[in-house]
Amino acid sequence: MTFPGSLDDRDAQRAVRIAGGDAVQLWHADPVLPDVDAVILPGGFSYGDYLRCGAIARFAPVMEAVIAAARDGLPVLGICNGFQVLCEAHLLPGALVRNNHRRFVCRDQRLIVENVVTVWTRGYRPGAEIVIPIKNGEGGYVADERTLNELEASGRVVVRYLGGSPNGSFRDIAGICNELGNVVGLMPHPEHAVDPLTGSGLDGLRFFTGLAGSPNVSEGRTEVAVQR
Amino acid sequence: MTVDTVEVAQADPRRRQPYNELGLKQDEYRRIRTILGRRPTAAELTMYSVMWSEHCSYKSSKMHLRQIAEKAPPSDALLVGMGENAGVVDVGDGWAVTFKIESHNHPSYVEPYQGAATGVGGIVRDILTMGARPVAVMDSLRFGPATARDTGRMLPGVVAGIGGYGNCLGLPNIGGEVDFDRSYVGNPLVNALCVGVMRRDGIKLARATGVGNRVILFGAKTGRDGIGGVSVLASATFDEGDAKRPSVQVGDPFAEKVLIECCLEIFAADLVVGIQDLGGAGLSCATTELASAGEGGMHIDLDKVPLREPSMSAEEILASESQERMCAVVRPEHVNAFFAVCAKWDVLATVIGEVTDTGRLQVDWHGARIVDVPPRTVAHEGPIYRRSIQRPAEQDAFVNHDGRTLPRPHTRDQLRATVQQLAASPGLADKSWITDQYDRYVLGNTVLAQPENAGMVRLADNTTRGVAISIDGNGRYTRLDPYAGAQLALAEAYRNVAATGARPLAVTNCLNFGSPEDPSVMWQFSEAVRGLADGCRELGIPVTGGNVSFYNQTGATPILPTPIVGVLGVIEDVNRRTPHGFWSDGSLIYLLGETREEFGGSEWMHVVHGFLGGQPPRVDLRRERVLADVMIDAARDRLIDSAHDLSQGGLAQGLVECCLRHAFGARIALPPGTDAFVVLLSESAGRAIVTVPRSMEARFTALCIARGLPHGCIGVVDSLSTALEIEDQFRIALPELLQAWSATFPRLFG
Repeated sequence: MTFPGSLDDRDAQRAVRIAGGDAVQLWHADPVLPDVDAVILPGGFSYGDYLRCGAIARFAPVMEAVIAAARDGLPVLGICNGFQVLCEAHLLPGALVRNNHRRFVCRDQRLIVENVVTVWTRGYRPGAEIVIPIKNGEGGYVADERTLNELEASGRVVVRYLGGSPNGSFRDIAGICNELGNVVGLMPHPEHAVDPLTGSGLDGLRFFTGLAGSPNVSEGRTEVAVQR
Repeated sequence: MTVDTVEVAQADPRRRQPYNELGLKQDEYRRIRTILGRRPTAAELTMYSVMWSEHCSYKSSKMHLRQIAEKAPPSDALLVGMGENAGVVDVGDGWAVTFKIESHNHPSYVEPYQGAATGVGGIVRDILTMGARPVAVMDSLRFGPATARDTGRMLPGVVAGIGGYGNCLGLPNIGGEVDFDRSYVGNPLVNALCVGVMRRDGIKLARATGVGNRVILFGAKTGRDGIGGVSVLASATFDEGDAKRPSVQVGDPFAEKVLIECCLEIFAADLVVGIQDLGGAGLSCATTELASAGEGGMHIDLDKVPLREPSMSAEEILASESQERMCAVVRPEHVNAFFAVCAKWDVLATVIGEVTDTGRLQVDWHGARIVDVPPRTVAHEGPIYRRSIQRPAEQDAFVNHDGRTLPRPHTRDQLRATVQQLAASPGLADKSWITDQYDRYVLGNTVLAQPENAGMVRLADNTTRGVAISIDGNGRYTRLDPYAGAQLALAEAYRNVAATGARPLAVTNCLNFGSPEDPSVMWQFSEAVRGLADGCRELGIPVTGGNVSFYNQTGATPILPTPIVGVLGVIEDVNRRTPHGFWSDGSLIYLLGETREEFGGSEWMHVVHGFLGGQPPRVDLRRERVLADVMIDAARDRLIDSAHDLSQGGLAQGLVECCLRHAFGARIALPPGTDAFVVLLSESAGRAIVTVPRSMEARFTALCIARGLPHGCIGVVDSLSTALEIEDQFRIALPELLQAWSATFPRLFG
């Protein structure tokens, strides 16, 4: 999906292609959602994010269809700004606020994958430790105690930061999913960990292969890497 | 108030005009009257004053800069040279690359965040204007001492501004440099570089050709921000920042992001004849430059310009430096298609005039003619000054007080402590506090980013071809010897690019100096330009464009003369790039080049003794070429698995950085019979360390011998040792070293 101000949209497309899927560009102003198997809301600063991150993108014409399809079980992955859009759209609980140290942070981040049931994370082993870049200015995940307890109790914390939260997220939460498990929001950027040449490594690839149902992925190494 | 029209100017020739307040000298004002054969209108006076400012007209530097073109080596790669928005070089396979560096020093002092942010925005638009997709940015920064209050206010704001704008544009920041010196208190340097990629046949130029073609202003509305930025801020020394805040522009990176996508779609559909961005001097600059590079005539209806504030005067509209605006020349039959693309991206676009054959730029406002000038006289025929030049008397004092007697570490423990002290000094310490605020991953083509020798990006997904860029400069070397200092900056950037495996191809520069009205500053400037021009000729790489920033001084004290030089290189297969950190256990560490006892302007003298004197390291550009050739060929043939250029802090700092990159230890044996202090801390140029897999050693040494490059094995990479060990000298455990190197910035800036 490209909103005005989306930045990692081409990176998300590339990741889908590397994972063996067909990437279709979606446009914020389209009135209907084409026939797709899943939607990725990419990172960036949609509409400049001058109000609240994701607050305007949530009202983009195409989002009505995306929200309806997500409620019906369509797999939707929101990365960074996409995560913020999903929260604003109430597809996911909680909100993302300015980093507690007030600075933008870009670095390779260690994470633990806790939920491997979602369509986006089923390629991982439970408890897998991975390294994926984060890059955000407003990535602190916040929610009320009840919501946090509920998320944890129902296994809806998908990934957590290791070695402390880089942005002040409550309970080190880096990603969550909805009750159905089809909608996942992530602050880290797996699309920047699908090629060791230009990213942090290969640890993010399975977020995309799980969906494509690609048989190419074996432990630790993919066909893509072998070919290179 | 009545409008000062051409008619009024003719009827009332004696009216007093505020040319002095606008930054024009009396003889410049007289010259305008001669050109026009009457007094200028208020609007014309505004246009001349901003366009004849030092920043826009290069009036003090032009006569020196000429030699850069005159001495330029022949190059097949140069597609567009100096004088356009940015130079363009052919990088093979039908690809072309454009890159340029520009200063935003004074605005950043007045308002660190917005000054730095709009510095990035401006250079990105220059690159976009050439028809290229901007693909990466870099920044070169100078501040007062790291502990100074001034720096504590400035640095976090500047870094947040560069990050805030670049991150929101979706451009990876792939590297840069920062240094600290007392001379930059009250006058920080903020130089931003952008690089863009296009197909060779996609070059766009800033010219208004084709009578009847429409002039379209698109992007943001015009407001009162940045009025007189080029004349008030960039072309004079200033003391009271607050009063000048309206002269600083305010950036909107989101508007620029959509403007980029909009422009690229317009270029792809071939809808423009010429295009120019609006930066310094705003509409005055864009209209006069477009017109004088084209048919020579243009008519503008100023009432059509969309305004943020309807009460703006004509002069304010013409001088406004509101950001995120572009001006295009479009054939009438393409106007509808042009507007359709703009509508898709929600970009405001307005026809404000058309190309004429009158040979004059004519501007109407409220039904009357307020500007009627030959555009060349505004854009290109400004005054040229032969400023007086005087080698300052104290220059000899530097030679005489060379610091030879400064106490040196004479025990092993002292040497060990000195190496750690230098690693922890702000100039050499870990910069990730800064660079972690910059997105380096976006666009997915970043192959190398800081802290590597140079930044490297792949040109596109479907090619292995890439470019590497390094920007370097050393004000202390340049203060001691401006000619050598400029060449050392050039040599360092050249070496850094070659160390990644890329072949250097072209040069850009940003020349930051004090007041051109000070003869000793002009001596520094003229020497530095001469050094740069001679150096480029000797290295065989042309300058494609650059920027001069004068008046960098506080009161009567100028900054250290600081030419920042950027070198761009090409690599055919980015998979073969050479990283800078040790990562391969057992590889042999080779020191390439010759180490002499050279401490003039060194980090050791600066950090340990607070001393500046002596001669900077000797420049040997022939040796630099040989060293570069060896590193490039060795990378291509996979004879080396890492390479790191040696510069500030010498071999010791090079080893520290190589070890800490991936936490690999090293055991070093210095050449027998040498002074460990000199070998470790001298800053001799033309040197690098490389690591060679044992299986490649014979081939690698044969290559060095064949090229006549001095080389010597000084140690081995040892993953088990977890320390930097200098045999017979000292051992520093990596965690201790890491702590010293990485704690400095967080301690200083939070």
